[in-house]
Amino acid sequence: MGELVPRYEGRCWKFPANIPTDALVKSRYVFDPMDEIVKHVLEDYNPRFPLEVQPGDIVVAGHHFGQSSGRAIAAKALKATGIGCVVSNAFSRTFFRNCFEIGLPSLEIPDATDIVEDGDHLVVDIAQGFFRNETSGVERHVAPASPFLLRMLAAGGLINLTQSDPDWASTANT
Amino acid sequence: MGKTFAVKALERASGVTGLVPGQIVDAYPALYMSHTATWRCIKTWERMGEPELFDKDRIAMVMDHISPAQTSKIAGDHRLSREFRDKMGIKHFFDVNAGIAHVVLMEHGLVKPGDLIIGTDSHSTIYGALGALGTGVGFSEITAAWVTGKLWMKVPQSMKVIVQGPLPEGVYPKDVMLKLIGDLTADGATYYSVEFHGSWVESLSTSERMTLCNLAMEAGAKNAFVPPDAETMRYLAEHGVDLDTVEPLVSDPDAVFDRVIELDGTALEPQIAVPHNVDNVVPISQVVGTKVDQVFIGSCANAKYDDLAIAARYLKGNRIADGVRLVVTPASADIMAKAAADGIVTTLIQAGALITNPGCGACAGSGGAMADGEVTLSTANRNFRGRMGSYESSIYLSSPAVAAASAITGVITDPSRVLAPV
Repeated sequence: MGELVPRYEGRCWKFPANIPTDALVKSRYVFDPMDEIVKHVLEDYNPRFPLEVQPGDIVVAGHHFGQSSGRAIAAKALKATGIGCVVSNAFSRTFFRNCFEIGLPSLEIPDATDIVEDGDHLVVDIAQGFFRNETSGVERHVAPASPFLLRMLAAGGLINLTQSDPDWASTANT
Repeated sequence: MGKTFAVKALERASGVTGLVPGQIVDAYPALYMSHTATWRCIKTWERMGEPELFDKDRIAMVMDHISPAQTSKIAGDHRLSREFRDKMGIKHFFDVNAGIAHVVLMEHGLVKPGDLIIGTDSHSTIYGALGALGTGVGFSEITAAWVTGKLWMKVPQSMKVIVQGPLPEGVYPKDVMLKLIGDLTADGATYYSVEFHGSWVESLSTSERMTLCNLAMEAGAKNAFVPPDAETMRYLAEHGVDLDTVEPLVSDPDAVFDRVIELDGTALEPQIAVPHNVDNVVPISQVVGTKVDQVFIGSCANAKYDDLAIAARYLKGNRIADGVRLVVTPASADIMAKAAADGIVTTLIQAGALITNPGCGACAGSGGAMADGEVTLSTANRNFRGRMGSYESSIYLSSPAVAAASAITGVITDPSRVLAPV
Protein backbone atom coordinates (compact mmCIF):
# COMPACT_ATOMS: atom_id res chain seq x y z
CA MET A 1 0.00 0.00 0.00
CA GLY A 2 1.41 3.40 -0.97
CA GLU A 3 1.90 6.21 1.48
CA LEU A 4 -0.63 8.96 1.15
CA VAL A 5 0.44 12.52 1.81
CA PRO A 6 -2.92 14.26 2.10
CA ARG A 7 -1.51 17.79 1.68
CA TYR A 8 -1.36 19.47 -1.71
CA GLU A 9 0.07 22.79 -2.85
CA GLY A 10 -0.08 24.28 -6.29
CA ARG A 11 -1.61 26.55 -8.88
CA CYS A 12 -5.39 26.94 -8.95
CA TRP A 13 -7.20 26.05 -12.15
CA LYS A 14 -10.69 27.47 -11.71
CA PHE A 15 -13.72 26.05 -13.51
CA PRO A 16 -17.44 26.87 -13.48
CA ALA A 17 -20.40 24.90 -12.10
CA ASN A 18 -22.19 21.92 -13.66
CA ILE A 19 -19.26 20.45 -15.57
CA PRO A 20 -20.31 17.00 -16.82
CA THR A 21 -18.09 13.92 -16.97
CA ASP A 22 -18.38 14.26 -20.77
CA ALA A 23 -16.16 17.37 -20.52
CA LEU A 24 -13.51 15.40 -18.63
CA VAL A 25 -13.55 12.55 -21.16
CA LYS A 26 -15.44 13.16 -24.37
CA SER A 27 -17.26 10.17 -25.80
CA ARG A 28 -15.03 10.14 -28.86
CA TYR A 29 -11.90 9.67 -26.73
CA VAL A 30 -13.34 7.17 -24.22
CA PHE A 31 -11.66 4.18 -25.85
CA ASP A 32 -8.35 5.92 -26.60
CA PRO A 33 -5.20 5.31 -24.52
CA MET A 34 -4.97 7.48 -21.40
CA ASP A 35 -2.02 9.47 -22.79
CA GLU A 36 -4.33 10.62 -25.60
CA ILE A 37 -7.40 11.16 -23.37
CA VAL A 38 -5.40 13.35 -21.01
CA LYS A 39 -4.59 15.84 -23.80
CA HIS A 40 -8.27 16.81 -23.94
CA VAL A 41 -9.38 16.95 -20.30
CA LEU A 42 -11.53 20.06 -19.76
CA GLU A 43 -10.23 21.60 -23.01
CA ASP A 44 -13.68 22.98 -23.88
CA TYR A 45 -13.61 25.04 -20.68
CA ASN A 46 -9.96 26.07 -20.79
CA PRO A 47 -7.81 24.91 -23.71
CA ARG A 48 -4.65 25.87 -21.77
CA PHE A 49 -5.44 23.46 -18.93
CA PRO A 50 -4.41 20.15 -20.54
CA LEU A 51 -1.36 21.81 -22.12
CA GLU A 52 -0.04 23.70 -19.10
CA VAL A 53 -1.21 21.81 -16.01
CA GLN A 54 1.70 20.89 -13.73
CA PRO A 55 2.03 18.02 -11.26
CA GLY A 56 0.46 19.01 -7.96
CA ASP A 57 -1.80 21.73 -9.37
CA ILE A 58 -5.26 22.04 -7.87
CA VAL A 59 -8.54 22.11 -9.78
CA VAL A 60 -11.30 24.18 -8.16
CA ALA A 61 -14.71 23.78 -9.77
CA GLY A 62 -18.22 25.04 -9.02
CA HIS A 63 -21.10 22.93 -7.79
CA HIS A 64 -22.35 19.70 -9.41
CA PHE A 65 -18.87 18.85 -10.66
CA GLY A 66 -18.84 15.51 -12.49
CA GLN A 67 -22.55 15.35 -13.23
CA SER A 68 -24.03 13.10 -15.93
CA SER A 69 -22.59 9.61 -16.52
CA GLY A 70 -20.98 7.94 -13.52
CA ARG A 71 -18.11 6.64 -15.66
CA ALA A 72 -15.04 6.22 -13.47
CA ILE A 73 -12.70 7.04 -16.37
CA ALA A 74 -13.61 10.71 -15.95
CA ALA A 75 -11.99 10.82 -12.52
CA LYS A 76 -9.09 8.69 -13.79
CA ALA A 77 -8.44 11.15 -16.62
CA LEU A 78 -8.43 14.13 -14.26
CA LYS A 79 -5.99 12.28 -11.99
CA ALA A 80 -3.83 11.44 -15.02
CA THR A 81 -3.27 15.15 -15.68
CA GLY A 82 -1.06 15.02 -12.60
CA ILE A 83 -3.13 17.35 -10.41
CA GLY A 84 -2.70 16.95 -6.67
CA CYS A 85 -6.37 17.16 -5.79
CA VAL A 86 -9.73 18.47 -6.89
CA VAL A 87 -11.85 20.88 -4.87
CA SER A 88 -15.49 21.64 -5.61
CA ASN A 89 -18.30 23.59 -4.00
CA ALA A 90 -20.18 20.27 -4.30
CA PHE A 91 -19.46 17.11 -6.26
CA SER A 92 -22.09 15.05 -8.01
CA ARG A 93 -22.63 11.94 -5.91
CA THR A 94 -21.22 9.37 -8.36
CA PHE A 95 -18.14 11.51 -9.10
CA PHE A 96 -17.48 11.86 -5.36
CA ARG A 97 -17.57 8.07 -4.93
CA ASN A 98 -15.41 7.53 -8.01
CA CYS A 99 -12.69 9.90 -6.73
CA PHE A 100 -12.06 7.61 -3.78
CA GLU A 101 -12.58 4.51 -5.89
CA ILE A 102 -9.74 5.46 -8.27
CA GLY A 103 -7.52 7.40 -5.90
CA LEU A 104 -8.05 11.08 -6.74
CA PRO A 105 -7.98 13.21 -3.57
CA SER A 106 -10.95 15.54 -3.30
CA LEU A 107 -12.41 18.07 -0.89
CA GLU A 108 -15.68 20.00 -0.79
CA ILE A 109 -15.56 23.68 0.17
CA PRO A 110 -19.09 25.13 -0.14
CA ASP A 111 -17.89 28.55 -1.39
CA ALA A 112 -14.67 27.42 -3.06
CA THR A 113 -15.18 29.26 -6.35
CA ASP A 114 -15.99 32.49 -4.46
CA ILE A 115 -12.61 32.58 -2.72
CA VAL A 116 -10.18 31.73 -5.54
CA GLU A 117 -9.12 33.16 -8.86
CA ASP A 118 -7.52 31.18 -11.63
CA GLY A 119 -3.76 31.18 -11.06
CA ASP A 120 -3.92 31.65 -7.27
CA HIS A 121 -1.55 29.60 -5.13
CA LEU A 122 -3.45 27.12 -2.93
CA VAL A 123 -2.76 24.75 -0.07
CA VAL A 124 -5.20 21.91 0.63
CA ASP A 125 -5.03 19.25 3.35
CA ILE A 126 -7.87 16.75 3.03
CA ALA A 127 -6.93 14.90 6.24
CA GLN A 128 -7.22 18.15 8.21
CA GLY A 129 -10.09 19.59 6.17
CA PHE A 130 -7.94 22.68 5.65
CA PHE A 131 -7.91 25.04 2.69
CA ARG A 132 -5.80 28.17 2.28
CA ASN A 133 -5.52 30.57 -0.61
CA GLU A 134 -1.90 31.72 -0.24
CA THR A 135 -2.46 34.51 -2.75
CA SER A 136 -5.32 36.15 -0.85
CA GLY A 137 -4.80 34.72 2.63
CA VAL A 138 -8.37 33.39 2.81
CA GLU A 139 -8.73 30.12 4.75
CA ARG A 140 -11.48 27.58 5.24
CA HIS A 141 -11.87 24.72 7.70
CA VAL A 142 -14.27 21.92 6.73
CA ALA A 143 -14.96 18.35 7.79
CA PRO A 144 -11.87 16.26 6.99
CA ALA A 145 -12.08 13.15 4.83
CA SER A 146 -12.70 10.14 7.06
CA PRO A 147 -9.72 7.95 8.00
CA PHE A 148 -11.38 5.11 6.11
CA LEU A 149 -11.61 7.08 2.87
CA LEU A 150 -8.00 8.17 3.28
CA ARG A 151 -6.96 4.54 3.62
CA MET A 152 -8.97 3.66 0.51
CA LEU A 153 -7.25 6.48 -1.39
CA ALA A 154 -3.86 5.21 -0.30
CA ALA A 155 -4.73 1.66 -1.32
CA GLY A 156 -5.84 2.84 -4.75
CA GLY A 157 -9.51 2.02 -4.43
CA LEU A 158 -12.01 -0.32 -2.85
CA ILE A 159 -11.09 -3.57 -4.61
CA ASN A 160 -7.40 -3.06 -3.83
CA LEU A 161 -8.27 -2.27 -0.23
CA THR A 162 -10.41 -5.39 0.04
CA GLN A 163 -7.57 -7.52 -1.25
CA SER A 164 -4.59 -5.84 0.37
CA ASP A 165 -6.00 -5.47 3.84
CA PRO A 166 -8.16 -8.34 5.07
CA ASP A 167 -8.66 -6.61 8.41
CA TRP A 168 -10.23 -3.49 6.96
CA ALA A 169 -13.67 -4.70 8.03
CA SER A 170 -12.88 -3.72 11.58
CA THR A 171 -11.68 -0.25 10.78
CA ALA A 172 -14.27 1.73 8.90
CA ASN A 173 -16.74 2.11 11.72
CA THR A 174 -14.24 3.27 14.31
CA MET B 1 -33.07 16.03 18.54
CA GLY B 2 -34.92 13.54 16.35
CA LYS B 3 -33.43 11.38 13.65
CA THR B 4 -34.32 11.20 9.99
CA PHE B 5 -35.22 8.00 8.17
CA ALA B 6 -31.85 7.96 6.38
CA VAL B 7 -29.90 8.23 9.64
CA LYS B 8 -31.98 5.45 11.21
CA ALA B 9 -31.65 3.16 8.18
CA LEU B 10 -27.86 3.59 8.05
CA GLU B 11 -27.61 3.10 11.81
CA ARG B 12 -29.51 -0.17 11.43
CA ALA B 13 -27.36 -1.31 8.49
CA SER B 14 -24.05 -0.33 10.12
CA GLY B 15 -24.72 -1.14 13.75
CA VAL B 16 -23.35 2.32 14.63
CA THR B 17 -25.54 4.72 16.58
CA GLY B 18 -25.39 8.48 16.74
CA LEU B 19 -24.69 9.00 13.03
CA VAL B 20 -24.73 12.55 11.70
CA PRO B 21 -25.03 13.80 8.11
CA GLY B 22 -21.68 13.90 6.34
CA GLN B 23 -20.27 11.00 8.36
CA ILE B 24 -18.82 8.03 6.45
CA VAL B 25 -19.84 4.63 7.70
CA ASP B 26 -19.58 1.04 6.53
CA ALA B 27 -23.05 -0.37 6.11
CA TYR B 28 -24.27 -3.89 5.39
CA PRO B 29 -26.99 -3.79 2.72
CA ALA B 30 -29.83 -6.31 2.82
CA LEU B 31 -29.61 -6.75 -0.96
CA TYR B 32 -27.04 -6.09 -3.69
CA MET B 33 -28.67 -5.79 -7.10
CA SER B 34 -26.80 -6.01 -10.37
CA HIS B 35 -28.45 -5.82 -13.78
CA THR B 36 -27.45 -6.89 -17.31
CA ALA B 37 -23.87 -5.83 -16.64
CA THR B 38 -23.56 -8.41 -13.84
CA TRP B 39 -20.78 -9.90 -15.96
CA ARG B 40 -18.58 -6.92 -15.06
CA CYS B 41 -18.99 -7.75 -11.36
CA ILE B 42 -18.19 -11.42 -12.06
CA LYS B 43 -15.03 -10.51 -14.01
CA THR B 44 -13.81 -8.34 -11.14
CA TRP B 45 -14.58 -11.17 -8.70
CA GLU B 46 -12.55 -13.55 -10.88
CA ARG B 47 -9.61 -11.11 -10.91
CA MET B 48 -9.78 -11.01 -7.12
CA GLY B 49 -9.18 -14.76 -7.11
CA GLU B 50 -12.81 -15.85 -6.68
CA PRO B 51 -13.03 -15.15 -2.95
CA GLU B 52 -15.83 -16.55 -0.80
CA LEU B 53 -19.12 -14.65 -0.90
CA PHE B 54 -20.32 -12.88 2.26
CA ASP B 55 -23.96 -13.95 1.83
CA LYS B 56 -25.08 -15.27 -1.54
CA ASP B 57 -28.73 -14.85 -0.58
CA ARG B 58 -28.30 -11.06 -0.51
CA ILE B 59 -27.25 -11.11 -4.18
CA ALA B 60 -29.92 -10.36 -6.77
CA MET B 61 -29.30 -10.40 -10.51
CA VAL B 62 -31.71 -9.27 -13.20
CA MET B 63 -30.97 -9.49 -16.93
CA ASP B 64 -33.05 -6.45 -17.81
CA HIS B 65 -31.21 -3.81 -19.83
CA ILE B 66 -30.75 -5.75 -23.05
CA SER B 67 -33.25 -8.57 -23.28
CA PRO B 68 -33.32 -10.82 -25.16
CA ALA B 69 -29.66 -10.68 -26.22
CA GLN B 70 -29.08 -8.80 -29.47
CA THR B 71 -25.51 -9.88 -30.10
CA SER B 72 -23.41 -12.93 -29.37
CA LYS B 73 -21.30 -10.79 -27.01
CA ILE B 74 -24.38 -10.03 -24.89
CA ALA B 75 -25.52 -13.66 -25.07
CA GLY B 76 -22.09 -14.58 -23.70
CA ASP B 77 -22.46 -12.05 -20.88
CA HIS B 78 -25.82 -13.56 -19.97
CA ARG B 79 -24.36 -17.05 -20.08
CA LEU B 80 -21.52 -16.03 -17.76
CA SER B 81 -24.11 -14.73 -15.29
CA ARG B 82 -26.13 -17.97 -15.44
CA GLU B 83 -22.98 -20.03 -14.95
CA PHE B 84 -22.09 -17.92 -11.90
CA ARG B 85 -25.65 -18.44 -10.58
CA ASP B 86 -25.32 -22.22 -10.93
CA LYS B 87 -21.80 -22.38 -9.53
CA MET B 88 -22.48 -20.20 -6.50
CA GLY B 89 -26.12 -21.09 -5.86
CA ILE B 90 -27.58 -17.60 -6.38
CA LYS B 91 -31.32 -17.96 -5.79
CA HIS B 92 -32.46 -14.42 -6.62
CA PHE B 93 -31.69 -14.62 -10.33
CA PHE B 94 -34.13 -13.22 -12.87
CA ASP B 95 -33.50 -13.94 -16.52
CA VAL B 96 -34.26 -12.00 -19.72
CA ASN B 97 -37.98 -12.74 -19.44
CA ALA B 98 -38.53 -11.07 -16.04
CA GLY B 99 -38.57 -7.32 -16.65
CA ILE B 100 -36.90 -4.26 -15.11
CA ALA B 101 -34.84 -5.10 -12.02
CA HIS B 102 -36.36 -2.53 -9.67
CA VAL B 103 -39.95 -3.52 -10.32
CA VAL B 104 -39.15 -7.24 -10.38
CA LEU B 105 -37.41 -7.14 -6.99
CA MET B 106 -40.37 -5.36 -5.39
CA GLU B 107 -42.85 -7.74 -6.99
CA HIS B 108 -40.91 -10.70 -5.62
CA GLY B 109 -40.91 -9.49 -2.04
CA LEU B 110 -37.18 -8.73 -1.92
CA VAL B 111 -37.55 -5.10 -0.82
CA LYS B 112 -38.66 -4.39 2.72
CA PRO B 113 -39.15 -1.18 4.73
CA GLY B 114 -36.03 -0.08 6.57
CA ASP B 115 -33.67 -2.13 4.38
CA LEU B 116 -30.54 -0.68 2.80
CA ILE B 117 -30.41 -1.79 -0.85
CA ILE B 118 -27.63 -1.02 -3.30
CA GLY B 119 -27.87 -1.52 -7.06
CA THR B 120 -25.80 -0.97 -10.18
CA ASP B 121 -28.39 1.47 -11.43
CA SER B 122 -28.90 5.09 -10.52
CA HIS B 123 -32.67 4.65 -10.28
CA SER B 124 -32.25 2.36 -7.27
CA THR B 125 -33.80 5.29 -5.37
CA ILE B 126 -37.12 3.66 -6.34
CA TYR B 127 -36.96 1.25 -3.37
CA GLY B 128 -38.02 4.15 -1.16
CA ALA B 129 -41.55 3.50 -2.46
CA LEU B 130 -41.63 0.62 0.03
CA GLY B 131 -39.81 2.53 2.76
CA ALA B 132 -36.34 1.14 1.97
CA LEU B 133 -33.13 3.12 1.47
CA GLY B 134 -32.14 2.34 -2.11
CA THR B 135 -29.15 3.92 -3.83
CA GLY B 136 -27.07 3.41 -6.96
CA VAL B 137 -23.40 2.35 -6.84
CA GLY B 138 -20.69 1.15 -9.22
CA PHE B 139 -19.95 -2.35 -10.49
CA SER B 140 -16.73 -2.81 -8.48
CA GLU B 141 -18.59 -1.58 -5.41
CA ILE B 142 -21.17 -4.34 -5.85
CA THR B 143 -18.35 -6.88 -6.22
CA ALA B 144 -16.75 -5.63 -3.01
CA ALA B 145 -20.12 -6.02 -1.27
CA TRP B 146 -20.47 -9.58 -2.56
CA VAL B 147 -17.19 -10.39 -0.85
CA THR B 148 -17.16 -8.22 2.27
CA GLY B 149 -20.91 -7.77 2.75
CA LYS B 150 -20.60 -4.04 3.13
CA LEU B 151 -20.02 -0.74 1.42
CA TRP B 152 -19.06 2.71 2.61
CA MET B 153 -21.90 5.18 2.79
CA LYS B 154 -21.99 8.89 3.46
CA VAL B 155 -24.86 9.77 5.78
CA PRO B 156 -27.06 12.15 3.78
CA GLN B 157 -28.88 15.29 4.78
CA SER B 158 -32.63 15.08 4.34
CA MET B 159 -35.13 17.09 2.35
CA LYS B 160 -38.87 16.99 2.92
CA VAL B 161 -41.16 17.45 -0.08
CA ILE B 162 -44.81 18.11 0.81
CA VAL B 163 -47.24 17.88 -2.10
CA GLN B 164 -50.73 19.35 -1.89
CA GLY B 165 -53.42 17.43 -3.80
CA PRO B 166 -55.66 16.36 -5.33
CA LEU B 167 -54.32 16.76 -8.85
CA PRO B 168 -56.56 17.97 -11.69
CA GLU B 169 -57.94 15.45 -14.21
CA GLY B 170 -55.23 14.34 -16.64
CA VAL B 171 -52.41 15.21 -14.21
CA TYR B 172 -50.39 12.43 -12.57
CA PRO B 173 -47.46 11.76 -10.22
CA LYS B 174 -45.06 12.03 -13.20
CA ASP B 175 -46.16 15.64 -13.70
CA VAL B 176 -45.54 16.40 -10.02
CA MET B 177 -42.03 14.98 -10.30
CA LEU B 178 -41.18 16.80 -13.53
CA LYS B 179 -42.35 20.04 -11.90
CA LEU B 180 -40.21 19.29 -8.83
CA ILE B 181 -37.12 18.44 -10.91
CA GLY B 182 -37.58 21.60 -12.97
CA ASP B 183 -37.83 23.70 -9.79
CA LEU B 184 -34.96 22.00 -7.94
CA THR B 185 -32.78 21.56 -11.05
CA ALA B 186 -30.77 18.42 -11.81
CA ASP B 187 -28.48 18.90 -8.80
CA GLY B 188 -30.93 20.50 -6.39
CA ALA B 189 -31.15 17.37 -4.25
CA THR B 190 -27.58 16.09 -4.67
CA TYR B 191 -26.68 13.65 -1.91
CA TYR B 192 -29.99 14.29 -0.17
CA SER B 193 -32.39 11.74 1.20
CA VAL B 194 -35.63 13.06 -0.31
CA GLU B 195 -38.77 12.25 1.70
CA PHE B 196 -42.25 12.67 0.28
CA HIS B 197 -44.98 13.70 2.72
CA GLY B 198 -48.55 14.98 2.86
CA SER B 199 -52.05 13.67 2.43
CA TRP B 200 -51.74 13.42 -1.36
CA VAL B 201 -48.65 11.21 -1.06
CA GLU B 202 -50.49 9.08 1.52
CA SER B 203 -53.33 8.59 -0.98
CA LEU B 204 -51.04 7.12 -3.65
CA SER B 205 -50.66 3.46 -4.55
CA THR B 206 -47.27 1.82 -4.15
CA SER B 207 -46.93 1.88 -7.94
CA GLU B 208 -47.45 5.65 -7.99
CA ARG B 209 -44.96 6.06 -5.14
CA MET B 210 -42.43 4.20 -7.30
CA THR B 211 -42.74 6.98 -9.88
CA LEU B 212 -41.95 9.59 -7.21
CA CYS B 213 -38.95 7.76 -5.79
CA ASN B 214 -37.58 6.72 -9.18
CA LEU B 215 -37.53 10.26 -10.53
CA ALA B 216 -36.04 11.82 -7.37
CA MET B 217 -32.72 10.58 -8.75
CA GLU B 218 -33.00 13.08 -11.61
CA ALA B 219 -32.69 15.89 -9.06
CA GLY B 220 -29.51 14.24 -7.75
CA ALA B 221 -30.96 12.41 -4.73
CA LYS B 222 -28.96 9.70 -2.99
CA ASN B 223 -32.20 8.01 -2.03
CA ALA B 224 -35.92 8.74 -1.84
CA PHE B 225 -38.54 7.74 0.72
CA VAL B 226 -42.27 7.52 1.27
CA PRO B 227 -43.19 6.67 4.89
CA PRO B 228 -44.55 3.12 4.98
CA ASP B 229 -48.23 2.85 5.85
CA ALA B 230 -51.23 0.55 5.42
CA GLU B 231 -50.86 0.69 1.63
CA THR B 232 -47.23 -0.41 1.96
CA MET B 233 -48.26 -3.37 4.14
CA ARG B 234 -50.98 -4.29 1.65
CA TYR B 235 -48.44 -4.34 -1.21
CA LEU B 236 -45.90 -6.34 0.80
CA ALA B 237 -48.48 -8.94 1.87
CA GLU B 238 -49.74 -9.22 -1.72
CA HIS B 239 -46.18 -9.92 -2.84
CA GLY B 240 -45.40 -12.63 -0.34
CA VAL B 241 -43.62 -10.72 2.43
CA ASP B 242 -44.21 -12.03 5.96
CA LEU B 243 -45.34 -8.86 7.71
CA ASP B 244 -44.01 -10.18 11.03
CA THR B 245 -40.50 -9.69 9.63
CA VAL B 246 -41.13 -6.07 8.66
CA GLU B 247 -39.76 -3.31 10.88
CA PRO B 248 -40.43 0.02 9.19
CA LEU B 249 -38.40 3.13 9.95
CA VAL B 250 -39.68 6.69 9.71
CA SER B 251 -38.24 10.08 10.59
CA ASP B 252 -38.93 11.32 14.10
CA PRO B 253 -41.45 14.18 14.35
CA ASP B 254 -38.64 16.52 15.46
CA ALA B 255 -36.09 15.29 12.90
CA VAL B 256 -34.09 18.02 11.18
CA PHE B 257 -34.74 18.51 7.47
CA ASP B 258 -32.21 20.74 5.77
CA ARG B 259 -34.76 21.76 3.18
CA VAL B 260 -38.54 21.70 3.13
CA ILE B 261 -40.31 22.19 -0.20
CA GLU B 262 -44.04 22.59 -0.65
CA LEU B 263 -45.49 21.90 -4.06
CA ASP B 264 -49.09 22.74 -4.87
CA GLY B 265 -50.43 20.14 -7.26
CA THR B 266 -54.04 21.30 -7.23
CA ALA B 267 -53.69 23.61 -10.23
CA LEU B 268 -50.83 21.82 -11.96
CA GLU B 269 -50.82 21.41 -15.74
CA PRO B 270 -49.26 18.33 -17.30
CA GLN B 271 -45.49 18.92 -17.40
CA ILE B 272 -43.02 18.12 -20.17
CA ALA B 273 -39.22 17.80 -19.96
CA VAL B 274 -37.98 19.18 -23.27
CA PRO B 275 -34.64 18.29 -24.92
CA HIS B 276 -31.94 17.64 -23.76
CA ASN B 277 -32.05 17.74 -19.95
CA VAL B 278 -34.52 16.31 -17.46
CA ASP B 279 -34.68 19.61 -15.55
CA ASN B 280 -35.63 21.50 -18.71
CA VAL B 281 -39.30 21.38 -17.74
CA VAL B 282 -42.21 23.42 -19.12
CA PRO B 283 -45.99 23.27 -18.72
CA ILE B 284 -47.52 21.35 -21.61
CA SER B 285 -49.21 24.49 -22.96
CA GLN B 286 -45.79 25.74 -24.12
CA VAL B 287 -45.16 22.73 -26.36
CA VAL B 288 -48.64 21.58 -27.39
CA GLY B 289 -48.63 20.78 -31.11
CA THR B 290 -45.01 19.62 -31.30
CA LYS B 291 -44.87 16.80 -33.87
CA VAL B 292 -43.76 13.39 -32.62
CA ASP B 293 -42.47 10.45 -34.67
CA GLN B 294 -42.45 7.93 -31.86
CA VAL B 295 -44.16 7.52 -28.50
CA PHE B 296 -42.53 5.25 -25.93
CA ILE B 297 -44.48 3.99 -22.92
CA GLY B 298 -41.88 2.17 -20.87
CA SER B 299 -39.18 2.32 -18.16
CA CYS B 300 -39.03 1.89 -14.40
CA ALA B 301 -40.60 5.35 -14.06
CA ASN B 302 -43.86 4.73 -15.91
CA ALA B 303 -44.60 1.28 -17.38
CA LYS B 304 -46.30 -0.31 -14.41
CA TYR B 305 -49.78 -1.76 -14.52
CA ASP B 306 -51.55 1.48 -13.64
CA ASP B 307 -49.51 3.35 -16.26
CA LEU B 308 -50.62 0.89 -18.96
CA ALA B 309 -54.20 1.12 -17.70
CA ILE B 310 -54.12 4.92 -17.98
CA ALA B 311 -52.75 4.72 -21.51
CA ALA B 312 -55.43 2.18 -22.46
CA ARG B 313 -58.09 4.46 -21.05
CA TYR B 314 -57.15 7.14 -23.58
CA LEU B 315 -56.40 4.76 -26.45
CA LYS B 316 -59.52 2.59 -26.19
CA GLY B 317 -61.56 2.93 -29.37
CA ASN B 318 -58.96 5.31 -30.81
CA ARG B 319 -56.24 4.75 -33.39
CA ILE B 320 -52.75 6.23 -33.28
CA ALA B 321 -51.96 8.86 -35.90
CA ASP B 322 -50.55 7.86 -39.27
CA GLY B 323 -46.76 7.95 -39.24
CA VAL B 324 -46.47 7.59 -35.44
CA ARG B 325 -44.83 4.55 -33.84
CA LEU B 326 -46.21 3.68 -30.41
CA VAL B 327 -43.87 1.34 -28.54
CA VAL B 328 -45.14 -0.10 -25.27
CA THR B 329 -42.72 -2.01 -23.04
CA PRO B 330 -44.32 -3.31 -19.82
CA ALA B 331 -42.01 -3.00 -16.80
CA SER B 332 -42.30 -6.66 -15.83
CA ALA B 333 -43.64 -10.03 -16.90
CA ASP B 334 -46.21 -9.98 -14.08
CA ILE B 335 -47.47 -6.58 -15.20
CA MET B 336 -47.67 -7.77 -18.80
CA ALA B 337 -49.60 -10.89 -17.78
CA LYS B 338 -52.09 -8.87 -15.76
CA ALA B 339 -52.52 -6.34 -18.57
CA ALA B 340 -53.08 -9.20 -21.00
CA ALA B 341 -55.67 -10.83 -18.74
CA ASP B 342 -57.54 -7.54 -18.29
CA GLY B 343 -57.73 -6.79 -22.02
CA ILE B 344 -55.36 -3.80 -21.76
CA VAL B 345 -52.84 -5.40 -24.10
CA THR B 346 -55.58 -6.02 -26.69
CA THR B 347 -56.78 -2.43 -26.40
CA LEU B 348 -53.25 -1.13 -26.98
CA ILE B 349 -52.65 -3.44 -29.95
CA GLN B 350 -55.97 -2.49 -31.53
CA ALA B 351 -54.99 1.18 -31.21
CA GLY B 352 -51.83 0.43 -33.18
CA ALA B 353 -49.25 -0.09 -30.43
CA LEU B 354 -46.21 -2.29 -30.81
CA ILE B 355 -45.97 -4.30 -27.57
CA THR B 356 -42.46 -5.49 -26.76
CA ASN B 357 -41.21 -7.96 -24.19
CA PRO B 358 -40.87 -6.60 -20.64
CA GLY B 359 -37.57 -4.94 -19.70
CA CYS B 360 -35.78 -1.62 -20.04
CA GLY B 361 -36.23 -1.61 -23.81
CA ALA B 362 -35.88 1.67 -25.67
CA CYS B 363 -35.09 3.64 -22.49
CA ALA B 364 -31.74 1.86 -22.29
CA GLY B 365 -31.21 2.01 -26.04
CA SER B 366 -32.40 -1.51 -26.77
CA GLY B 367 -34.74 -1.05 -29.73
CA GLY B 368 -36.77 2.05 -30.55
CA ALA B 369 -33.84 4.06 -31.94
CA MET B 370 -34.50 7.30 -33.80
CA ALA B 371 -33.12 8.61 -37.08
CA ASP B 372 -31.65 12.11 -37.50
CA GLY B 373 -34.20 14.81 -36.75
CA GLU B 374 -36.81 12.54 -35.22
CA VAL B 375 -38.72 13.18 -32.01
CA THR B 376 -39.79 10.73 -29.33
CA LEU B 377 -42.22 11.48 -26.54
CA SER B 378 -41.28 9.09 -23.75
CA THR B 379 -42.60 8.15 -20.31
CA ALA B 380 -39.04 7.31 -19.20
CA ASN B 381 -36.82 9.30 -16.85
CA ARG B 382 -34.02 10.60 -19.09
CA ASN B 383 -33.86 12.67 -22.25
CA PHE B 384 -30.12 13.19 -22.69
CA ARG B 385 -29.01 13.76 -26.26
CA GLY B 386 -28.28 10.57 -28.18
CA ARG B 387 -29.89 8.28 -25.58
CA MET B 388 -32.36 6.83 -28.11
CA GLY B 389 -30.46 6.61 -31.39
CA SER B 390 -29.24 9.58 -33.40
CA TYR B 391 -27.36 12.40 -31.69
CA GLU B 392 -29.50 14.64 -33.90
CA SER B 393 -32.80 13.37 -32.47
CA SER B 394 -34.84 14.70 -29.57
CA ILE B 395 -36.58 13.21 -26.54
CA TYR B 396 -39.45 14.80 -24.62
CA LEU B 397 -40.60 13.27 -21.32
CA SER B 398 -44.20 13.08 -20.08
CA SER B 399 -46.77 11.06 -18.17
CA PRO B 400 -48.40 8.01 -19.77
CA ALA B 401 -51.61 10.02 -20.23
CA VAL B 402 -49.86 12.70 -22.30
CA ALA B 403 -48.02 9.97 -24.21
CA ALA B 404 -51.24 8.14 -25.09
CA ALA B 405 -53.10 11.31 -26.08
CA SER B 406 -50.17 12.45 -28.21
CA ALA B 407 -49.93 9.08 -29.97
CA ILE B 408 -53.53 9.54 -31.10
CA THR B 409 -53.01 13.05 -32.48
CA GLY B 410 -49.38 12.78 -33.61
CA VAL B 411 -48.49 15.96 -31.77
CA ILE B 412 -47.92 16.74 -28.08
CA THR B 413 -51.44 16.88 -26.68
CA ASP B 414 -53.02 17.71 -23.34
CA PRO B 415 -54.86 14.51 -22.37
CA SER B 416 -57.86 16.40 -21.03
CA ARG B 417 -58.66 17.27 -24.67
CA VAL B 418 -58.83 13.64 -25.71
CA LEU B 419 -60.95 12.26 -22.92
CA ALA B 420 -63.60 14.25 -21.13
CA PRO B 421 -63.31 14.24 -17.34
CA VAL B 422 -65.10 11.31 -15.73
